[in-house]
Amino acid sequence: MKHQIALAQVYPKLGDLDANFQMFREKIRIAINQKAELIVFPELGLTGYFLRDMVSSVALKTRSKMFKELLNLSQKISICFGFVEETDSVEFFNSAAYLEKGELVHLHRKVYLPTYGMFDEQRYFSCGKAIRSFQTRFGKIAILICEDLWHPTSVQIAVQDGAQWILSLSSSPGRGVGKGDHLYSTQMWEAMNRFYAGLYGVYQVYVNRAGVEEGVNFWGGSEVINPKGQVMAKAPYFEEDLLKVELDEGEVRRSRVMSPLIRDENLDLVIYELTRIRNESTGSQSKPRRKSSRSIPQRRNSKNRI
Amino acid sequence: MVAFLLAKALGPSNVWALSMPYSASSADSREDAQKISHILGIQFLSIEITPMIDSYFELFPNLSNLRRGNKMARERMSILYDHSHDLKALVIGTSNKTELLLGYGTQYGDMASGINPIGDLYKTQVWQLAEHLGVPEEVVKKSPSADLWAGQTDEGELGFTYRDVDRLLYYMVDERYSLEELKEAGFDPDFVAKIYKRMRDSQYKRRLPLIAKISQRTIDRDFRYARDWGK
Repeated sequence: MKHQIALAQVYPKLGDLDANFQMFREKIRIAINQKAELIVFPELGLTGYFLRDMVSSVALKTRSKMFKELLNLSQKISICFGFVEETDSVEFFNSAAYLEKGELVHLHRKVYLPTYGMFDEQRYFSCGKAIRSFQTRFGKIAILICEDLWHPTSVQIAVQDGAQWILSLSSSPGRGVGKGDHLYSTQMWEAMNRFYAGLYGVYQVYVNRAGVEEGVNFWGGSEVINPKGQVMAKAPYFEEDLLKVELDEGEVRRSRVMSPLIRDENLDLVIYELTRIRNESTGSQSKPRRKSSRSIPQRRNSKNRI
Repeated sequence: MVAFLLAKALGPSNVWALSMPYSASSADSREDAQKISHILGIQFLSIEITPMIDSYFELFPNLSNLRRGNKMARERMSILYDHSHDLKALVIGTSNKTELLLGYGTQYGDMASGINPIGDLYKTQVWQLAEHLGVPEEVVKKSPSADLWAGQTDEGELGFTYRDVDRLLYYMVDERYSLEELKEAGFDPDFVAKIYKRMRDSQYKRRLPLIAKISQRTIDRDFRYARDWGK
């Protein structure tokens, strides 16, 4: 089976929910006209990135009116998008929703919140506590958000959980010049995208945003890398775009037949060794932690179930 | 009021008051400045800005009141910073929280300073503190004015009173009431919308100049040190 997807490399207005919602509707309309079956927007595509004190005023609950309107639109096209999620206990998450046939199929809450260098995310957001793949009409998919992908274990978990496509939503600020042809951030992302797709035999769907906020540029360059590590399509750098790409289910199968790396993964060994390492890790303590039978696997947090 | 604070904190001999009147400045303003310096025993300098300002206004005779006022505020800033170097003294800011949030000040004019001790006090609180510190009643009771032209008052120009706007700003900024909640609390929605817009549109005045990020370490974004770095 082949599937048409659209990568919405958008330029949201910082903190202007209504304007961005209109922009979403317009992109969704065009994608439907182009016969796309899925449209993917970037991290915080509905709100803009450097929100600071605006976080609480642009946050949405999943039962809000705007959310319901997007659910309605998902009758015609599957939609994955980044937004600020507010929970009933007034926690805010840098989240991404996957909507299909009028249902909220999955909600991913960004696990790794960068709080160093130019980033302040933990000042405003709570950390997600789960990485899961989920069933869609295209097969199993996982969502990861930006910094999640700078931790290879996130991709490892997603793939072991069955994901064949990784939807990678990003708001990557362009930075670092002087080495190579591209910005440092561009070079790193492009290397990671090719590496993950080729190594894990997945479609790496990378959707970055465009535009400028407070003197910081977002470099665009959204792309789809196939399970062989080849670039299927690439959006321009820095500018807005709606990039249509065809994904072929057979590609994932063929690559995994050729290199059965996922089959050969020794999960017991990984779990055993990581458990040992965690138990032996002293951190700030002087003695190794006591062994605890309930420390791994971590208890599922019911808040992450949907 | 700031002069009272400084005299108390630093000692009168370490404080200089610079009065910089223009020909149109009111006699009251000049006299009050001198009187307060005398009460506190701080050093007092008076520098007329009329010659510099008038020679500029001759070049541009049809300037609006706003542009004339901004020019005078920046002329005073220029003199303050020149004396800052000469006296090895910091320029002390006197913009209060109300003025700062409303953007009611001249960027790089009266808003420029090295230290601002009252930038987190609303005008209403400034009045209260002034009384507490023993600022003469006639100075506290005067209608607040930049005195840039005859008859100018802050409240006349803004179109609302400091007491009304301070009450709103307190709930909006300090208590983080949403626009909806402010309405429920009895504030006029038009007034709320007007003040919110004013605050949002003047945000640029409260920030350092924007730097285009290019490198891995951009000043004030991922190059962050305290002013007291190594001191």
